[in-house]
Amino acid sequence: MSPLFATYLALASALLAAVVSLGVTRLPTLLRYASFLLLGLSAASAMYAGMSVLLTSTSVTMELPLGLPWLNWHLRLDALSGFFLVVIGVVVLAVSLYGPAYVRTFVHAKAPQSFTALSVFTALFILGMYLVVLADDAFMFMVAWELMSVASYFLVAYQHQYPANRRAAFLYLLMAHIAGVSILLSFGVLAGAGGGYTFEQMRAADLSVTWASIAFGLAFFGFGMKAGMVPLHAWLPEAHPVAPSHISALMSGVMLKVALYGLIRLVYDLLGEIQWEWGLVMLLVGAISTLLGVLYAMLSNNLKRLLAYSSIENVGIILSALGLSLIFIGNGEQVLGVLGLIAALYHILGHAIFKGLLFLGAGAIARATHEYDLNNMGGLIHRMPRTAVWMLIGCLAIAGLPPLTGFVSEWLTFQVALQAPVLKSGVLRALIPVTAAMLALSAALAAATFVKVFGVAFLGQPRTRNARHAHEVPLGMQLAMGMLAILCVLFGILPSTTIGVIDAVPQLLLETLPPEATTAGWLWLTPMSADVASYSAPLVALALVVVGGLVYLLLRVRAERIRRVYPWECGYGEVNARMQYTATAFAQPIQRIFAPVWDLDEEIVEKRHAKQPQLVESIRYQLQRQDKSWSRLYAPIGMLVLGAARRIGYLQTGSIHTYLAYSFFTLLFLLWVVT
Amino acid sequence: MDLTQLSLYEQAILMFASMVLFTSFAMLAQPRIVPLIHLFAWQGALLSITTALVALVSNHPHLYLSAAITLVLKAFLIPWMLHRLAVRLNIHHEVEVIRFPSLLLIAGGALVVFSYSVVAPVVQLSTLTTRNTIAVSQAVVLLGMLLMIFRKKAITQVIGFMSIENGLFFAAVVATYGMPMVVELGIAFDVLVAAVLFGVFFFQMRESIDSLDVDRLNRLRETEEPLPPEEFRR
Amino acid sequence: MIEWGVAIGQLLLFIAAAPLLGGWIKRVKCHLQNRAAPSLLQPYRDLAKLFRKHSVIANNASWLFRATPYIVFAATIVTAAVVPLLALPLPTAAVADVIVLAGFLALARFFTALAGMDIGTAFGGMGSSREMMIGALAEPVLLMTVFTVSMSAATTNLSEAVDFTLQSGLVLRPSFLFAVLGLMMVAVAETGRVPVDNPATHLELTMVHEAMILEYSGRHLALIEWAAKIKLMVYMALIVNLFLPWGIATEFSAASLAQGFVVTAAKLALLGVVLVVWETVMAKMRVFRVPQYLGFAFLLALLGMLTHVVLETGG
Repeated sequence: MSPLFATYLALASALLAAVVSLGVTRLPTLLRYASFLLLGLSAASAMYAGMSVLLTSTSVTMELPLGLPWLNWHLRLDALSGFFLVVIGVVVLAVSLYGPAYVRTFVHAKAPQSFTALSVFTALFILGMYLVVLADDAFMFMVAWELMSVASYFLVAYQHQYPANRRAAFLYLLMAHIAGVSILLSFGVLAGAGGGYTFEQMRAADLSVTWASIAFGLAFFGFGMKAGMVPLHAWLPEAHPVAPSHISALMSGVMLKVALYGLIRLVYDLLGEIQWEWGLVMLLVGAISTLLGVLYAMLSNNLKRLLAYSSIENVGIILSALGLSLIFIGNGEQVLGVLGLIAALYHILGHAIFKGLLFLGAGAIARATHEYDLNNMGGLIHRMPRTAVWMLIGCLAIAGLPPLTGFVSEWLTFQVALQAPVLKSGVLRALIPVTAAMLALSAALAAATFVKVFGVAFLGQPRTRNARHAHEVPLGMQLAMGMLAILCVLFGILPSTTIGVIDAVPQLLLETLPPEATTAGWLWLTPMSADVASYSAPLVALALVVVGGLVYLLLRVRAERIRRVYPWECGYGEVNARMQYTATAFAQPIQRIFAPVWDLDEEIVEKRHAKQPQLVESIRYQLQRQDKSWSRLYAPIGMLVLGAARRIGYLQTGSIHTYLAYSFFTLLFLLWVVT
Repeated sequence: MDLTQLSLYEQAILMFASMVLFTSFAMLAQPRIVPLIHLFAWQGALLSITTALVALVSNHPHLYLSAAITLVLKAFLIPWMLHRLAVRLNIHHEVEVIRFPSLLLIAGGALVVFSYSVVAPVVQLSTLTTRNTIAVSQAVVLLGMLLMIFRKKAITQVIGFMSIENGLFFAAVVATYGMPMVVELGIAFDVLVAAVLFGVFFFQMRESIDSLDVDRLNRLRETEEPLPPEEFRR
Repeated sequence: MIEWGVAIGQLLLFIAAAPLLGGWIKRVKCHLQNRAAPSLLQPYRDLAKLFRKHSVIANNASWLFRATPYIVFAATIVTAAVVPLLALPLPTAAVADVIVLAGFLALARFFTALAGMDIGTAFGGMGSSREMMIGALAEPVLLMTVFTVSMSAATTNLSEAVDFTLQSGLVLRPSFLFAVLGLMMVAVAETGRVPVDNPATHLELTMVHEAMILEYSGRHLALIEWAAKIKLMVYMALIVNLFLPWGIATEFSAASLAQGFVVTAAKLALLGVVLVVWETVMAKMRVFRVPQYLGFAFLLALLGMLTHVVLETGG
């Protein structure tokens, strides 16, 4: 099967899934399975197409007779598109396994929720993402972009009977369109210089440094806003939690990556000569996004909101890696630039997988306990043992711990940052290690965050009735999560092989390969040379397993059975569920240290005993946390816009005479201009 | 210029220069007055050792004299005077509250990078073996200014001022192997006089505004209210 | 093949000697504080006692609680395999470099923190929360000190880095001075010594590491305690061998290895005395002063890196 055919199959199945879903309310079970089956088929073909292009390093272009009369739709499947098709395909495949069991609760939902809308727009959303990644001209890109954004708007607004959801969806749509305008302007700059809207013409364009920087700035603003970089991130933590969990997995796992695809395509492929200053901007913004994202995640108690902020953090990591890559390329170090790009791509792949896994797990928890707040869960490891295992793997991966996949991209990023001494500029040589330290801080805070997530949700004792009565989720959901968890482990253990496949992308974009990355075989990862740095993930994993197993077996020989008894708790006696650490309490030390990052409003009301005022009878504690970017950035901009609108509103007097006068004076003006 | 190609004494110069920079940072974050004075004394001592080493390496004997003057003045005499002043004003137990010491330290780090980028052209042109430390000396000056800006107690301001002077002296030593002797002696004497004057000034300040918090100096601002009549003024 | 043999031999020595180092530190501390000291071999007796005893755990402990001691022990052992203790050209150093070492320690910390939260007690949660905070602040400092050394040595492979310092001879590097001070401060924080945490206490206000492992007993507790001792030895070995490597064996002859053994033992003993003096002189800080302490450590690491860029390169 040729990659071209596989691509068409992927697009057609997604479209067919949308059509099939139109009738889903009539035959819910059959059509539900059918639509997810078709989506799974589209995912499999997309992955096939992507993998074949990556492995053979070819490019395929096609032209569809759709679009404008003088500008047909151009599609292009090259290594970069192929890589992103694989990323999209993996998550969509997992969602198609997860979907049928998960959406069963939505089938008989009352109006105004519409199950038909959910199914149709899911398929259209996925179709839109495929088309964005395959687009080879600006017009088709924007059409596909719009399809993706609008379809996901309807998905975010799925439960629009709640005003909070409506607000979140509106904010999402607004920011998606501002981003779209910026991207369009950037394409406009390129098209103006290139003489046409196809990417081929843009590649051939000869831009001056100023115009290239303007195009970069607009693209960075637009794609960055859609990817969720700070400070343009406000829509992310509002929109991702409100959508159904499998949609959140798609949005966080894949849609953010599609935005980053746009950025990579534009900067590496279309813009031509790369200036290192762009890389510096990207690095700084990425580092700030990473730190702020993880701090906001640490303090969130709503599980899905926490995961959304964590996505902001990971997008920051990817942007930092890309920024490092651009800095090195701009300074003439192509090989190191390639390594930075590979680190970024590895993280894109890894994040899609483990963020998808975590969101699907959040959906499973919600399904089992009807709870979203961490403080209302607890002890789920006993009630949902298999989900707990998958979630543990997801938490380990996102915390960047060896030997899983998150660690590999982190290791690669640090290795690239450590090559800073080859740069000539002393400021860069000092700045890059400092940003690497910031990334290390964020990685450690991410580990703390996910200890909190797993510890509060799954461990300890159940905090509510709902948590006590949780049950394991159906097989389909298990399979999906299990598949993603296994991939997390696989990509962590075989980094060298994976990089061997990803190599096709920098070969396409920069025509350079990292010289020794895979020369030492599948066992060793040596990005620069074996003397500089090497990491053998398979041996590490083997060592951990062997040593752990050996110790266990050695001790089993003499061991008696374990005795079970009430908890020790230093002899304090009975321990009930209320005495445990809550999620808020767990995050409190970090909240105190990094207090300037939030707008905090803490209220402690102590009620003292009437007769003995030194004894406290009860304490009421209230904490409100607000993202500081709202009060510092969005609220002032909102005020500005409203103020300007009000002032312009003075034009609208309501009197018909004034309107006639407007028309009259405009006519006079135009007549004067014509003469 | 690779570090391993320098002689041991030249490496020692770099080592002591970095320790001088460290004392600058430590002064930024130190809220207590007496340890602050001690840190300043250490800065002076390290500076004099560095100067002596530069004298050894570059064969400029007059730098030994500068080193001795610095040692006597900056490491012993002025810290002793400041300590005595603090005891007499009864402020030697005070602790100044620094709101965000981490931010101050990060600002300090940024200043070091900034100094480095600013003096890079000078470093390119210079042929002295100590040229790498010019950036450090510039950073000490800027950190002294940072100390003066962000701290409130008057004694801290004095120490910041003295630290600036330390940085300038250091810059002179490593950039041009010292200044003419007359200039050095003149500056040293000026600094001594400044220390004495500061002492007198502090007593006056405490009398007029009842505190040694420099922020409170804005009480001396002219206001619209009429002054109280003669007999109620101090 | 002989390299792997030496590597495994060194690893076993590491594991076996860690309690001895703990015993030495305890003995010196008691002498310094004018108390009667236990024998040097007391930690071995304590471990043997724990291994003999039954493991008693809470009713609601999950499989994670039972698995954590093995995971932590395995991660710590793998860390110890990577650090050059006696001899230099180790093949294990190519398997995992210093960033992976930090990753292993983070893995152990992650699971210990989860185990602390498993039973659902207040102490466990408190220990986990504080440990993750300290770990989060200590990690950038650790990586920054390591980066400073790596930038000078142009490698993250620990054997190569130590070799670089060894080959350079006596060179006074300001960046190394700051880096070693920063690393020592981080080592104190990460291994739970005074002033960050008191390893000898079970008082609620001073517990971080002890709080997380409060519910463990028997062989599980033995594994975790042993792992903590190995971790301390790992940090100490890193400090002495990265910054003062003279005397370490550079080839695999018997004489060279014996020399490496004697010199390293002496260096570790000396560093142990330094640690004891530090612990005796310092008072334990309250928890919210630990960020300031680690901020100071970060300042040292930052200065190390800045002096490397400004003073040691370029020009």
